[in-house]
Amino acid sequence: MTLRTQQAIPPFIYDVQIPAEDQLYLRLKGHLSAQSIGLLWNEVLERVQQEQKPLIIIDARDVSYCDGAGIGLLTEINRQQHLKGQHCNVINLKEDFQKLLDVFLEDPAFSPAPRPKERVNIFEGVGESFYFFIEHIYQQIVFLGELSVHFLRALRDPLRYFRWTDVWRVVEEGGVQALFIILMINFLMGLIMAFQAAIPMRQFGADIFVANLVALSILRVLGPLMTAIVLAGRTGSAFAAEIGTMKVNEEINALKTMGLNPLKFLVTNRILGMIILAPVLTIFADFAGLLGGAVVVRSFGYPLITYVNQILGAVHLNDFLGGFIKSFVFGFIIASIGCYRGLETGSGASAVGQSTTRAVVSSLILIILAEGAFSIVYYFLGI
Amino acid sequence: MSKQNDIMIQTSQLTMGYGDNIILENVSFEIIRGEIFIILGGSGCGKSTLLKHLIGLYQVKTGQIIIDGDDITLAQGDVLQRILNKIGVMYQSGALFGSMTLSENIILPLEEFTDLPKSACERIAALKLKQVSLDGFEQYLPSEISGGMQKRAAIARAMALDPKILFLDEPSAGLDPITSAELDQLIIRLSRILGITFVIVTHELDSIFTIADRVIFLDKETKSIIAQGKPQTLKQRSKNKFVHDFFNRQVSI
Ligand SMILES: Nc1ncnc2c1ncn2[C@@H]1O[C@H](COP(=O)(O)OP(=O)(O)OP(=O)(O)O)[C@@H](O)[C@H]1O
Ligand SMILES: [Mg+2]
Repeated sequence: MTLRTQQAIPPFIYDVQIPAEDQLYLRLKGHLSAQSIGLLWNEVLERVQQEQKPLIIIDARDVSYCDGAGIGLLTEINRQQHLKGQHCNVINLKEDFQKLLDVFLEDPAFSPAPRPKERVNIFEGVGESFYFFIEHIYQQIVFLGELSVHFLRALRDPLRYFRWTDVWRVVEEGGVQALFIILMINFLMGLIMAFQAAIPMRQFGADIFVANLVALSILRVLGPLMTAIVLAGRTGSAFAAEIGTMKVNEEINALKTMGLNPLKFLVTNRILGMIILAPVLTIFADFAGLLGGAVVVRSFGYPLITYVNQILGAVHLNDFLGGFIKSFVFGFIIASIGCYRGLETGSGASAVGQSTTRAVVSSLILIILAEGAFSIVYYFLGI
Repeated sequence: MSKQNDIMIQTSQLTMGYGDNIILENVSFEIIRGEIFIILGGSGCGKSTLLKHLIGLYQVKTGQIIIDGDDITLAQGDVLQRILNKIGVMYQSGALFGSMTLSENIILPLEEFTDLPKSACERIAALKLKQVSLDGFEQYLPSEISGGMQKRAAIARAMALDPKILFLDEPSAGLDPITSAELDQLIIRLSRILGITFVIVTHELDSIFTIADRVIFLDKETKSIIAQGKPQTLKQRSKNKFVHDFFNRQVSI
């Protein structure tokens, strides 16, 4: 205990007597304040409970001070008695404190209201979450439908439809933020993969084929995928946060009552920006990955030109295009999920944080699912 | 002019709420063209809720809201746009676009709904800001000005397109008495000179007696309108104790 509180708290003590068969006499003394009654709160209540007397008389003649917490103790004893159909009288409380107490004694059964809707049982809970899940899928389909309508409209006159400054802002900010991380991650990806593969392949004298391995996996899968993951974490989450904050601040409502459609105004520009940005970054990512592989191959003593020739021999344009096309789809997924999560933000600042997290998680799941779908489609197309 | 033409907003049998939680039930009233109409009631009784339903942000559960001849509860597409272009709204929270400067906030609707050149939009935005004594703050972001200033900027934005009806949710909350009185004068001027209809939520008694043509009084318990009329009349004659106390600034025990 600190010195300050030691000095500040005069003690609180109590004393219990049983003057008659059906009575309990509780004498309180000293300072009834939040600082002083904490240690004895439960003890007093338990003592009173044990005795089970139909009438409790609380004598407060020696109470020198009584604050909200003191009133809390008195009303709690009163409430417990009331619940059992028994009685409680507070006597000799100083007039000022008595006035404070009277406000609360009017309603002896007063207790904090529960949350308006309590979940009743596990079945209801399961049913409810299933309902919300279906509702959620329905909402997403509606969202996608509306988006398609907007993009179809945009096709008629794209120059006027999009706000190009907003589109450019997405490309610029997103690109600047993400470029370095994407370059670094993909460079290391290429390097690590080449290095790990080189050790066993070397035993068979096949270490130059590391070039094939690195090039194919970077161009077809890892370049676009890593780019998408970084974008989902950086830019997709930023979309959800920006739009979510606008929702919480009623800015979305303000747009609506101006007659500006939030989808057109906030969402389509961001999606277009992302569809431009993701492929561009993917090209950078591809180069960085190949460069990582080159460093390893070089360190095994092969000249750079051998590495390049090896890649050119192994890789077809389709391999590159296959990955490149994915990046458009990933861009669309990241931006639309980010915006969708932003728009469905509830109220309160904590809701923005939730939306942001949800945006990242849903994007990652959908990106991986899309990656799987692409693999299957490409397999059947023979790409 | 026929009686019908004098009515700007006609509502009948409105029931509204969030989910299963009904906030107002079976309320009907009308707002006359050019008047300053004030919505009153205790905190949490549904004033903002009523406002948001009137402007079509939320769908009413039952009832009709006819704004200048068009039913906003049924309106879609072009009709809805026609109604929205007649109204300006200031939200309780201000709701300025946080990523845009004050000037850009006002330019946005001008740009979207008129063919004015950029320079004209900027000029108009500056005028609107001057109207609420915010000249000099054109290039500030909403986060860089005080709460009361944000309120005023939001009013300026609501007036951007010179709407026929202005909805203001607690415009003078958080303003000092002088600015608040200036705002009252602005409202009176706009109403007299331009004939703008005002629908205002406010708790400021002084303001109510200065500007209000008519008020309605909402009640949380009965979810309905418990009094309506001129504020002076209600002050003197209202039989409802709560309304009487409200206007006479009393607490009855
Ligand atoms: N978005 C919402 N979702 C659910 N309930 C809401 C929502 N907004 C308001 N409510 C509920 O509706 C009731 C009325 O709220 P409203 O904001 O209309 O009150 P108000 O009269 O404007 O109060 P104040 O004077 O404090 O602004 C409140 O009980 C509140 O709990
Ligand atoms: Mg309100």
